[in-house]
Amino acid sequence: MTVLRPHAEDQYAEELALLAKDDDRPRPPGWRLSPWAVTRYVLGDGDAISPKYIGPRRVVEVAVATLATDRALLLLGVPGTAKTWLSEHLAAAVSGDSTLLVQGTAGTAEEAVRYGWNYARLLAEGPSVDALTPSPVMRAMAEGRVARVEELTRMPSDVQDALITVLSEKTLPIPELNREVQAERGFNLIATANDRDRGVNELSSALRRRFNTVVLPVPATAEEEVEIVARRVAQLGRALELPETVTGMDEIRRVVTVFRELRAGVTEDGRTTVKSPSGTLSTAEAISVLTNGIALAAHFGDGVLRPSDVAAGIVGAVVQEPVSDRVVWREYLETVVRERGDWRDFYRACREVS
Amino acid sequence: MSAGRVTSRADVAVLGVRHHGPGSARAVRAELGRLRPDLVLVEGPPEADALAGLAPELEPPVALLAHVPGGPGRTARAAFWPFAVFSPEWQALLYAAEAGVPARFCDLPAAHSLAEPADDVPDGRDETGRGEHAPGGRGGSGPGGQGDAGPGGDPVGALARAAGYDDPEHWWEDVVEHRGDTPFAVIAEAMAAVRQGYEPGPGEARREAYMRRTVRAALKEGFRRVAVVCGAWHVPALTGPPPPVAADNALLRGLPKVKAELTWVPWTYGRLAARSGYGAGVTSPGWYHHLFAAPDRPVERWLTDAAATLRDEGIAVSSAHVIESVRLAEGLAALRGRPLAGLGEVTEAARAVLCEGDDLAVELIRRRMVVGDRLGRVSDGTPMVPLQRDLRDQQRRLRLKPEALDRELQLDLRKPLDLGRSQLLHRLRLLGVGWGTPEQSRGKGTFRETWTLRWEPQHDLTLVERAALGTTVAAAAAQHASELAAEGTAALADLTALVEHCLLAHLPEALPGVLAALSAKAALDTDVTRLMAALPAMVRALRYGDVRGTSAEGLAAIVESMLDRIRVGLPVAVTGLDDEAATRLLTHIDAVHTAVALLSPPGPEHGTAPADPPATADAPVPPDGAAPPGRAARPGRAAPRGGAAPLDGAVPVEGAGRAAPAAPADAPVPPDGAASPDGLTQGDRRGRLAQGGDLVSADPAGSGGRVVAGEGRRAGAGALGGDGRERWVATLRGLCDRQDLHGLVEGRLTRILLDDGELDDAADRLSRATSRGQGPARVAAWVEGFLSGGGLLLVHDQRLLGLVDRWLTGLTGEEFTQALPLLRRTFAGFAAPERRAIGERVRASGPGGVRAAPRSGGGDLDERRAAGAVATVLAILGRRHD
Repeated sequence: MTVLRPHAEDQYAEELALLAKDDDRPRPPGWRLSPWAVTRYVLGDGDAISPKYIGPRRVVEVAVATLATDRALLLLGVPGTAKTWLSEHLAAAVSGDSTLLVQGTAGTAEEAVRYGWNYARLLAEGPSVDALTPSPVMRAMAEGRVARVEELTRMPSDVQDALITVLSEKTLPIPELNREVQAERGFNLIATANDRDRGVNELSSALRRRFNTVVLPVPATAEEEVEIVARRVAQLGRALELPETVTGMDEIRRVVTVFRELRAGVTEDGRTTVKSPSGTLSTAEAISVLTNGIALAAHFGDGVLRPSDVAAGIVGAVVQEPVSDRVVWREYLETVVRERGDWRDFYRACREVS
Repeated sequence: MSAGRVTSRADVAVLGVRHHGPGSARAVRAELGRLRPDLVLVEGPPEADALAGLAPELEPPVALLAHVPGGPGRTARAAFWPFAVFSPEWQALLYAAEAGVPARFCDLPAAHSLAEPADDVPDGRDETGRGEHAPGGRGGSGPGGQGDAGPGGDPVGALARAAGYDDPEHWWEDVVEHRGDTPFAVIAEAMAAVRQGYEPGPGEARREAYMRRTVRAALKEGFRRVAVVCGAWHVPALTGPPPPVAADNALLRGLPKVKAELTWVPWTYGRLAARSGYGAGVTSPGWYHHLFAAPDRPVERWLTDAAATLRDEGIAVSSAHVIESVRLAEGLAALRGRPLAGLGEVTEAARAVLCEGDDLAVELIRRRMVVGDRLGRVSDGTPMVPLQRDLRDQQRRLRLKPEALDRELQLDLRKPLDLGRSQLLHRLRLLGVGWGTPEQSRGKGTFRETWTLRWEPQHDLTLVERAALGTTVAAAAAQHASELAAEGTAALADLTALVEHCLLAHLPEALPGVLAALSAKAALDTDVTRLMAALPAMVRALRYGDVRGTSAEGLAAIVESMLDRIRVGLPVAVTGLDDEAATRLLTHIDAVHTAVALLSPPGPEHGTAPADPPATADAPVPPDGAAPPGRAARPGRAAPRGGAAPLDGAVPVEGAGRAAPAAPADAPVPPDGAASPDGLTQGDRRGRLAQGGDLVSADPAGSGGRVVAGEGRRAGAGALGGDGRERWVATLRGLCDRQDLHGLVEGRLTRILLDDGELDDAADRLSRATSRGQGPARVAAWVEGFLSGGGLLLVHDQRLLGLVDRWLTGLTGEEFTQALPLLRRTFAGFAAPERRAIGERVRASGPGGVRAAPRSGGGDLDERRAAGAVATVLAILGRRHD
């Protein structure tokens, strides 16, 4: 496979087949797997099925139950909480197809949600079904699959609202042809939205009402997050073919600790409260800080990941808003980092760069 | 439900229940109605038999409270048996009252269980009986739960695992509570299986022996149909082949015994929930109440109620939402393989649909509905609560009689009796019992307090309401303070007040919680002025705690971290201020600066070293030498200010006092300092004293003063106060150099730093700030800030006057004309006699300027002769002599 990133249903085809083979529980109409097997696919079973999402079980269960009750699913969360990742795997497990995707941007047009026209044919033949260019949503309806909408809140409001009919009437009228596309059983919609910039294009309450909302949390424990980070950093290092570096678990743990403490607003021992900066400090950012630090250590350092390699990255990730975040960071540095005996080198490195 | 009857002897029915299980409660009620027993036995302390009849008059949740009267102070022991309307035991009591049959309790008497060693029966905890809400599930049922859990410590867990459940609670709910009828026979069988080969621990064995003895006694009395309602875990012990009577009697012989009194107290669902700290183990009393009270369709009703709760808070929730949430709850239950949606499913459904993922709304539902805010009530005939009794004891001990008339009370806190009275009154105030009102007149020192006492009838009511908080006034007040702090809605100022209150009321056990809350609040407060406003009170509390002999552990650390936060936040806070804001901020800066001067490590334990008798002429010197920077290091300034300006008098006093604790902190040999780490020599100190002398005699103290301050600072570093103070001054110093400050702030900062000997270019700054490049308003503000503190300072502070004088005389004619209105503006604020005194002082100093004031003594001060006087002064300051 030479593609940079294969689709979930291709990469995990074996696991899906395995699950489908043993799955004797009732399947909702149009589903490839039973809800129980979908949950198992996402969370893994510690054996043949690898875990795709590391996090609370209830999140996945609510998401699957939502799809099974024929309600659209809205995954909310700060950036880097695996919203897209989860929606891709859910779609892959439920419909065996995660490619029916609409990417929400400020420039997303209504055609991306409903349908467009092939103008050459339109001019040549006049309005006809053949001249129609269906959107991923329309195809999902026709085929009874799960469509995905990424970054729903970044779409303009009028485009968002085109989804209301789809979700409430389960039909997409095509007035030009005086016909409609009615959704086959098995059709559903998973949308993701970033609740940090919720204000960009707030969902209308009519649309909001069509969704069940699941908020994806940040990793609950430090150990869990260290595990996620360490695993992803190693994967990324291999994928990018970075030179081998000695990456101490201590450094990973430290970066994760800093991120967690600032994010949660309280130190891990629960004894000191700190302010949270304006940035999200997601797990994904911790991964990128470490990857960046490894690249620094590999290409410019001595091949060992040291505090100075990650310090600049951390400061960059924390101080997003120059004035207030800097205060937050300095306060954290002086009241928390300075007090930790074994963090001396890290403290010095951070002092140097900030 | 004929299978529900489990009997070992023909006429004894044992109904195994789960404490606080709504399904069990319903089943017990139905089963009792069917059995029509002539005696109902309920698991609980038999001393409460007489109280069982009160049940219909009470409004649950209530609790049976057993306590040892007259216990010594806070170690008084007590145990609670809470009852909610959905408790099977409560339903049994109600049935008995309605059917007119007697109800009795059959557990081990509280007189024995309370006599257990204290670590088994923690004060005020509910550990007896009701602690186990799944039968045996919470480590069994002995008082203190000592070692009488089932196999693997968790019999229900074992059954649940056998049924393929991760969570024993879920399993119990699914197989028992959600069925609507409780299969008593099946439970009994299951428990018998689980208890196979299990040997109960001594505590549990005694309890079960007592239960059997009670049953036997009842049968002997002639009761024909006896119903026993107890935890399912105990069923096999009562239904199985009974051990010989002699064995039971042997178990129960010679038990330790105390005198226990019992009464009903009002209870709350919040307290019933495990999270309140009382391990009743019911995390969702509101949900259980709902399950018990709802006639049918519990899920639909619950979600409809949740929608109504959200609507009350202004969150728009439609019926369509409710429909979808019910569907989701049922879908989830199906996915999880549960027969009926439970609390977990309805909560998730409410979260995803009704609340649209908003955790705050979920928390609202949890607080209002899942836990609930129901408060029970007891009737008039209920005996007195221990809190009242404790208060009565204390009143007798402290010779304070409750009177309905106002009475003034003067307390001298140095006397133990008065200190006790003060603490009691403060504690009562904390509890909301306003028996005493503190009077504000506090001119006579920190050891005096004035109160006005007046007892009102509603104070008794308040005490009853607070009874659940603890059995003694002290314990209840501490608990109340902890709860207030934990509420999370308290503002920073409230919390600092609460800390002061805790210190006044001497509640050391509540302090850590309050301090933790305070520290969390302080960390999150983005408004640095609020932090600054809070700091002085904390510093006061730190010092006042010392006066009262209480140690406020952790307070120092919090003060320091607050100071750190202020230091970090202040540079941002001083930008872009208008006149009004600058004035306000200035007040805060001054207050913090004064407070920082008070910062010192705890005094008493350090106080000994400097108190060594002055054997040499050097002896009195070290306090100055070792003092952290600032005023104390320059006694010359301190003396005139302390004398002439009473308002500021406290500052030099504290400065000098601070020297005492600081000295031992920095060196093993503080008294004469010869071996101090910074290498102070006798000559240095002699020279410094000479400087001091110079200052007293009005030397403007140029670079000399600077050096003193610098060394003093180094000497003080390491001590908390010195370190914090040094960093604070460094922050001010950094601020002062900025270009964008408000004139008032910059002027005042310059002055503070000048006073601290931090600036040697004050004259330049003065001239720069008042030069033509600056706008007139800013200059005026600067001068106002610089000269703030009143005209008296100018009269007595030769250095300052010299500085201003030199600046004025150095102005050209044109510049002087410009500056004149500004100066007039500032000087107009001084009182007329002050202005006259300044004028006289300037005139007296002659054309050569103020600095020409005569020196007295100079460098050849006789330290030996001065020693006595210095020691006396220090004694007056109340710091060194014992």
